[in-house]
Amino acid sequence: MASLGQMAAQSDMVQGLNAGLRRVPPWVLYLAGAGWAGWLFYLAATGGLGVEPIEALEHRYGELALQLIVVGLAVTPLRRHLGVNLMPFRRAIGVLTFFFVLAHFLVWAILDVQTLSAVWADILERPYVTIGMGGFLLLLPLAVTSNNWSVRKLGGAAWRRVHKLVYPAAVLGAVHYVWLAKGFQIEPLVYLGLILVLLALRSRPKATRLAR
Amino acid sequence: SGMMGRAAHAQDNDLQLNSWEEITTYNNYYEFGTRKNDPVENAHMLTTQPWSIEIDGMVENPGTYSLEDILSEVEIEERIYRLRCVEAWSMVVPWNGFELADLLTRVGVQDGARYVAFQTANRPEEMPGLRVPVLDWPYREGLRLDEAMHPLTIMATGIYGEPIPNQNGAPIRLVVPWKYGFKSIKSIVRITLTDEQPYASWNASQPREYGFYSNVNPNVDHPRWSQATERRVGGGLFARRIPTLMFNGYEEEVASLYEGMDLAEYF
Repeated sequence: MASLGQMAAQSDMVQGLNAGLRRVPPWVLYLAGAGWAGWLFYLAATGGLGVEPIEALEHRYGELALQLIVVGLAVTPLRRHLGVNLMPFRRAIGVLTFFFVLAHFLVWAILDVQTLSAVWADILERPYVTIGMGGFLLLLPLAVTSNNWSVRKLGGAAWRRVHKLVYPAAVLGAVHYVWLAKGFQIEPLVYLGLILVLLALRSRPKATRLAR
Repeated sequence: SGMMGRAAHAQDNDLQLNSWEEITTYNNYYEFGTRKNDPVENAHMLTTQPWSIEIDGMVENPGTYSLEDILSEVEIEERIYRLRCVEAWSMVVPWNGFELADLLTRVGVQDGARYVAFQTANRPEEMPGLRVPVLDWPYREGLRLDEAMHPLTIMATGIYGEPIPNQNGAPIRLVVPWKYGFKSIKSIVRITLTDEQPYASWNASQPREYGFYSNVNPNVDHPRWSQATERRVGGGLFARRIPTLMFNGYEEEVASLYEGMDLAEYF
């Protein structure tokens, strides 16, 4: 068991972390995300992502989107269970998630599949593409309403309800990755597991609230 | 022998070779990891000397043949072949090797034999990918005897005149140019002649997605993606897809092997 001293030290650490985080303006995240996407594209165009850059770029954007989904879903549990406050960055994390899903989709459609009819056929006929597309579409209303005007217009409750679409979108994104892997592979299952755990962490405190 | 292979690629003056870097850094060899760059990073761990192949089953002269012994009786020649992966990318590789038929003739195929089974090395201490049950290890593949005896079917020991790198299947691998790449099994330690269709790893793991034959066929899609076109590795970020050819362009040489067969059923 942790001693009082250890707990105090830990909470000092958390407070220090939160104080540090408060000094970071959210626009830094947008800049970093856009810069990183551009850098990856530059690398892909100049041979820095290996000899098959289309697949590499497509996968890098897709993986980044999944990683951002996981971070975004971790914001609330981190605050609730560890006291770490990433709240000021949640919108930026969400918008960047959408941005990387969009980039992933565009690389797939334009650089990989290349013809509109084949893109359309894949969406309709290949289930892993269909659910990936489903996840992307679910994120669309979230991206469109990620601004203060929309929060005011919709009202907090309705806005929060709309943004719960991120839960099914996250699951669809992870299943999309699990489904496209050849053979039994660990990494896609790790993403799916993380997302399911983060979703499960949300359901519990609500139950206690109801019980109260 | 070997004339047919040369003729097959002589017709295609447009076959531009992939570079050494392209051929040796973008690989599927799941015993070393599932990412394309895992094999080039991990395959150095594989000990390829000494090497021997156990040849057994329905053969006149079963036994463990050292690689030196096998190579002493064959002539190594260059074969420039297209390589079409089931994942819809492709390369053109200048292999060095010999016809599998020469080896099979030497060991003596018994009358009733109808198939050839192959097995890859299975060494968890040298192959980190074996820790993950991606497939039911060891990796195994198989051919019908007439496919194995076909002059286009070679055992490769080199690329660009250099010894074949570990990530490409050192020290000796199969190359069957009209089939999806996974049929061309790497780092072979065992060859078994049999009268029954042998176990084939991908076919056994997902029979709906990977057939025993796995002949390159633009008209029969993989359930999860189209096989009508392919990406030639090395074309860069804005490379156009190219149409996939029936039997990967070797239709003239191999179509007769499958006469009367419904290729959508026996895919």
